[in-house]
Amino acid sequence: MKFIVVGGGLAGLMATIKIAEKGEIVDLISFVPVKRSHSVCAQGGINGAVNTKGEGDSPWNHFDDTLLGGDYLANQPPVLGMCEAAPGVIYLMDRMGVPFTRTPEGNLDFRRFGGTLVHRTAFSGSTTGQQLLYALDEQVRYWETQGKVNKFEDWDYLSAVIDDNGVCRGCLAQDMKTMEIRSFQGDAVILCTGGLGAVYGKTTNSIINTGSPASSAYQQGVYYANPEMIQIHPTCIGGDDKLRLISEGVRGDGGRLWTYKDGKPWFFMEEWYPAYGNLVSRDVASRGIFKVCRELGLGLDGQDSVYLDVTHLDPEWIEKRQHGVLEIYRKFAGEEPTKVPMKVFPAMHYSMGGMWVDYNQMTNIPGLFAAGECEYQYHGANRLGANSLMSCLYAGMVVGDKSIEYCKALKKTASDVSNKVFEAEAARQKAGMEKIYKFTGSENPYVLKDEMNNYMTNYVGVVRTTKQLKDTDNKLLELMERYKKVGVYDTGGWSNRTAIFIRHLWNMFELARGIVGGALTRKESRGAHYMPEYPNRDDENWLKTIKAKWTPDGPQFSLEDVDISLIKPRVRRYDVSKDQVVKEEAEKEAASGKEEAK
Amino acid sequence: MSDVILKIRRQDGPNSSPYWEEFKVPVAPKANVISLLLEIQRSPVNAQGKPTTPVIWDCNCLEEVCGACSMVINGVARQACAAMVDSLSKPIVLQPLSKFPLVRDLMVDRTKMFENLKKIKAWIPIDGTYYMGSGPKVAPGVQDERYAISCCMTCGCCMEACPYVNSKTNYMGPTCMAQVKLFNAHPTGAMYKDERLDAIAGDGGIVDCGNAQNCERVCPKEIPLVSIIAELNRETAFRGFNRWLKGKPKSPGYESAPG
Ligand SMILES: Cc1cc2nc3c(=O)[nH]c(=O)nc-3n(C[C@H](O)[C@H](O)[C@H](O)COP(=O)(O)OP(=O)(O)OC[C@H]3O[C@@H](n4cnc5c(N)ncnc54)[C@H](O)[C@@H]3O)c2cc1C
Ligand code: SF4
Ligand code: SF4
Ligand code: FES
Repeated sequence: MKFIVVGGGLAGLMATIKIAEKGEIVDLISFVPVKRSHSVCAQGGINGAVNTKGEGDSPWNHFDDTLLGGDYLANQPPVLGMCEAAPGVIYLMDRMGVPFTRTPEGNLDFRRFGGTLVHRTAFSGSTTGQQLLYALDEQVRYWETQGKVNKFEDWDYLSAVIDDNGVCRGCLAQDMKTMEIRSFQGDAVILCTGGLGAVYGKTTNSIINTGSPASSAYQQGVYYANPEMIQIHPTCIGGDDKLRLISEGVRGDGGRLWTYKDGKPWFFMEEWYPAYGNLVSRDVASRGIFKVCRELGLGLDGQDSVYLDVTHLDPEWIEKRQHGVLEIYRKFAGEEPTKVPMKVFPAMHYSMGGMWVDYNQMTNIPGLFAAGECEYQYHGANRLGANSLMSCLYAGMVVGDKSIEYCKALKKTASDVSNKVFEAEAARQKAGMEKIYKFTGSENPYVLKDEMNNYMTNYVGVVRTTKQLKDTDNKLLELMERYKKVGVYDTGGWSNRTAIFIRHLWNMFELARGIVGGALTRKESRGAHYMPEYPNRDDENWLKTIKAKWTPDGPQFSLEDVDISLIKPRVRRYDVSKDQVVKEEAEKEAASGKEEAK
Repeated sequence: MSDVILKIRRQDGPNSSPYWEEFKVPVAPKANVISLLLEIQRSPVNAQGKPTTPVIWDCNCLEEVCGACSMVINGVARQACAAMVDSLSKPIVLQPLSKFPLVRDLMVDRTKMFENLKKIKAWIPIDGTYYMGSGPKVAPGVQDERYAISCCMTCGCCMEACPYVNSKTNYMGPTCMAQVKLFNAHPTGAMYKDERLDAIAGDGGIVDCGNAQNCERVCPKEIPLVSIIAELNRETAFRGFNRWLKGKPKSPGYESAPG
């Protein structure tokens, strides 16, 4: 059996460990040295209902919060699986030596995060992702010394090798130093390639998150599910190169959002959402800040920003818990956040949508799997803070086990497949590369990306309208036309990053069209997808997964029912507690029952 | 927007000769060195107005946590993403780290740092990923100490600054020393403390360290490298002495134990 894991963030490394520990050998391909993967950026924490604070929390409650946070768009069984596994996963990471923040007794500490009323988020200062990633990186290094893992770092994934029966048998990748393109045999190819922030440009994501492998898979026939579900994080700071995140954990630790109204501080979220206050789900918080700045014109100095205030907290205490985040603010905003409130505004942060996978994390192409942010499975229409790290780890575990099961059942393996199949895909990729080396036009590829980024950020964000979405799609078509006139400037056959970027650029265009098309298709407002033209959630018509299928003439969309077999969707409210909502709904139902009886 | 002059030491590949190229780049508010390099990508023309190739460098996170973007900026090894243009003297001079094999322009290959981590067994041995309850309790003080070290992003700035990291020695560098402490301070990691001490007692290990203390000054994560190295020096010496007293061979090691 041969295994290929592409990507070494949390999902990829966990998958690798799971497979190596079963005695199998993994080729681990990554665009960057795995220890520098984007997961390193995660700050606030990781969710698991360990319930150490006497709040009666449980995996079921975590499950319920996650579904509600995602506005019920996620298939329920895998989400329940994740929430049930979560406490054990946190313990496992603890055993691997993650320096989680401790209580005085030496136990794991938990903080509050958005979309819940309990302390469910384990954390390691404010660099939780970095610490989790390093722990996995260390375990993988151990497996490397045992000959179970072969790393191919600084390699770019190009495409899957698909045989005549439509089964994935390996992949193509390129060494970004020598520019050599080669094929890899793999009975299971597992894509763990993360998010797509670069489609939006200035975001909280690492600059390498172009979504290129997911786009390539999509162009090879993998469905791309709920592409329109893009999370805009409420609290970020401006910058010339990137928008930097101020973790939700800061509000979990007591940070408050406010602006001036009538010359006095106005804690708008606390006023609008008395039960959850500053810790509503992210889509709701981002819409709140948009309302303040864009509708009410009450942004600070009339600009796009509000305060995120920690100045009322004990500076020593908050420093200890949020040092990493406060340092980012000091460094990049140049002010002292424990003395002057931080200025924040929403920015693109995460993609809930992604490659369609089944409950075994396999895409619709047999043998091609996906796990982590690049797939769509766990977060529905909006992800709760600190649920991503957990979903990456959990999906990594599932895909490790399930890919082994899949390979064991195979009658014919990758080594039985004719070499011609691999050679044909290699030839296609090499031809593509040669074409790019010969691009001598006048269009600068980085400028084309900037233009796409501006449209995506301005028109496919917190508030969407049919007109602006259509304008964006037209813009994308124009850019795809201009792509033909791109110049590569650099014809070097050694570490030619510009040529590689040009390949990613096309893949970004294709994904962007999927996102915009998905948004045009969904005629309702749900989670992160908010259209004032269709202001309400419409379960009757749109409690559906939107699946984009790539065609040369643009994406085609189809609908799939959502598995809601475990919890009946409720109205989504954060102004009162869940218990109150359930009570009110029951009363309403009883009343209408009485009406009918009359 | 004002302009700034950038002087960049370029090299097309490991075997080509280096050359200097100057760029005149507009500076936006809150720009860092990465913004300037991005600007060169958008308009790859040098200060003489001649078209050139975009400069190649490494960066991912842009918030000083991935460790990718280390380079020598105005003579000091540091992260380009955290180097704000306003705070730098002009012209700004960029050079690649010199202690690692060069890939192209400002990009270097730091594989050797990752390889060194293998030598010191920089991991916590676990019995497997299956459910075995929680990890050991850790005193908050110990956690604080470990956390500080665990923020090391293998950026290599300390390696660049350390006079003893050079082609004539095998010195693994301050990073590795700090990592030994990180794993030895963990209750499970401590079970194999001696093996890590042995790994840094030999060639390339701690004895090479000349205590120039340059490393700590440049560490962007402010890891107390010098005191950690001093502490490990004592521990390895003590272990050497103990072993001599008991006349015992090295501990059997856990490679034989199931991973
Ligand atoms: C600033 C920030 C803070 C966050 N904080 C939190 C938090 O506190 N809690 C939480 O739960 N979530 C958080 N998130 C979200 C979370 O960090 C990510 O969703 C998660 O880390 C994604 O992990 P991953 O394993 O899917 O992918 P990544 O960590 O992004 O890894 C992707 C991997 O794929 C590889 N790859 C990509 N493209 C290619 C290619 N073309 N060829 C080969 N390899 C490729 C990369 O090299 C990398 O190894 C945060 C996100 C951001 C941006
Ligand atoms: S103390 Fe000096 S010799 Fe030792 S690692 Fe640091 S810079 Fe190098
Ligand atoms: S010890 Fe500091 S300078 Fe050295 S690699 Fe780690 S973070 Fe970088
Ligand atoms: S880009 Fe990650 S440290 Fe600078």
